[in-house]
Amino acid sequence: MTQSVWILGIHMTRFGKHPTLDTVDLGSEAARGALRDAGLTMKDVGVLAAGNLMGSPGFGQALQKQIGQTGIPVYNVTNACATGATAVRVASMAIKAEETDVGLAVGVEKLSGMGLLAGGTSAGDTDTWRPSGRFGAVAPLDGRIGTETMPGVFAQIGMEYGHRYGGTSFELFARISEKNHAHSTLNPLAAYQKRFTLDEIMNDVMISYPNTRPMCSANCDGAAAAVIISERKLRTLSLEQQRRAVKISASVLTSDPWQEACQVLPDVNTLTRLAADQAYEQAGVGPEDLDLVELHDCFATAELVHYDNLRLCAEGGAVDFFNSGATWRDGKTPVNVSGGLESKGHPVSATGIANLWEITTHLRGEAGDRQLDGARVGLAHVIGLGSACGVHILEKAGV
Amino acid sequence: MSKQVPLVDYLVLDGDSPHLVAHECVTCGARYFDRRNACASCEGTEFRGVDVPTEGELRAFTIVSFAAPGIPVPFVAGIVDCGGTSVRGNVVNIPPDPQHVRLGLKVRLTTTSLGTDASGVEAVGFGFEPVS
Repeated sequence: MTQSVWILGIHMTRFGKHPTLDTVDLGSEAARGALRDAGLTMKDVGVLAAGNLMGSPGFGQALQKQIGQTGIPVYNVTNACATGATAVRVASMAIKAEETDVGLAVGVEKLSGMGLLAGGTSAGDTDTWRPSGRFGAVAPLDGRIGTETMPGVFAQIGMEYGHRYGGTSFELFARISEKNHAHSTLNPLAAYQKRFTLDEIMNDVMISYPNTRPMCSANCDGAAAAVIISERKLRTLSLEQQRRAVKISASVLTSDPWQEACQVLPDVNTLTRLAADQAYEQAGVGPEDLDLVELHDCFATAELVHYDNLRLCAEGGAVDFFNSGATWRDGKTPVNVSGGLESKGHPVSATGIANLWEITTHLRGEAGDRQLDGARVGLAHVIGLGSACGVHILEKAGV
Repeated sequence: MSKQVPLVDYLVLDGDSPHLVAHECVTCGARYFDRRNACASCEGTEFRGVDVPTEGELRAFTIVSFAAPGIPVPFVAGIVDCGGTSVRGNVVNIPPDPQHVRLGLKVRLTTTSLGTDASGVEAVGFGFEPVS
């Protein structure tokens, strides 16, 4: 039987605007913070998995040149919004394969001031119609055949859920955003810590109906890093290190299996359901055991469908589940007590490690004003369009 | 009559009866609109062209108010279930607001002009309009 894998140290920078810090600065702050939290140095680390999408290629090596060049293998990973979770998977797999006992996973992004991250990227109009690409298109398709923008794609994903099961409305989606912004007021590291009224959310700038601006994830700068360790190595460390370590009971990455329409509108549901089912089986826990969930609310419309995909409610029951108050911090299954991507922010490659930081911090009892008392089991979920889905289940140490 | 080209190769203009043609996998029936290397569902490599029904039901939509520069907003983007084949397209000839655009709306294919190029060739796109 392969040995279990633990988070020994973890760190998240403040999310927001960092105009004087570059990608490597933020990555260094996160990586060194995680090592300090673990009580280790780069000399103890046997593998580095480094995630970054928007900066220069070779981010992992650039990071080593600032924090420690020790000759270990570096894996530069990209997997859209699942990049951070993928970095954790890479470190975790190396440990499970017994190539090393200690891995470091880092994710960083600088997005402050960037607008739409997709859409309208095809070649511009020319003065002659000439077919090109896999659709033989004579002009860019964004805006002419539907939308390629993320707010628009995820709006349709939420609307499709409403069409299938009923009960959705502009106001319902806005109330999900109201919850996450309310949660963010307790998170000093969140990019936005402002509570919005429902009216303020619904009357803000419309981006892509039904998603208004506060219902969209916030572009910001940020980084997060985690030191992952084998159980064997953990047992050689101090009792204090063992007490604060958090077990990775499940680490799963999926891509989307073919379904009718999945190449027409991304199907974020099937691969999330697959990942969740595999994670619950690996961890030997069920959705009813979860004390908190950090899920990928890149848009308010996305959060709703993932209640269902992560099996937090009965199939088709996401609207009733939300309306019951279950996902508020005092509810049955608190979701995104960090404020979620809508207010904490979404520095893409950092996100899949930042949500592990949030869960770890609660399981350690170190979450300050927003601590969920007695938290023992948590689930972190991210999805990158294309698609990739990462699900991790973490459990408090029994020491 | 001036010369026309379709916006995409899966739009067949065909005089009075424009329609979409999908590549259907002869082994498993999966349908695609792009150029294929193989079937993502069953790995088959043989495809046949099949006409997609021109009427359908709006299964999902969004009203895009914010897009890349040069894209006129607002517009309605949607997914239409055309007799079991899902199609991406804009919903046109309807006010772009949630009072008019509804999930489940019955729609039909229509064509839209994208203008003519320097040599006088007109590009023709498609969208879906309310049935009545």
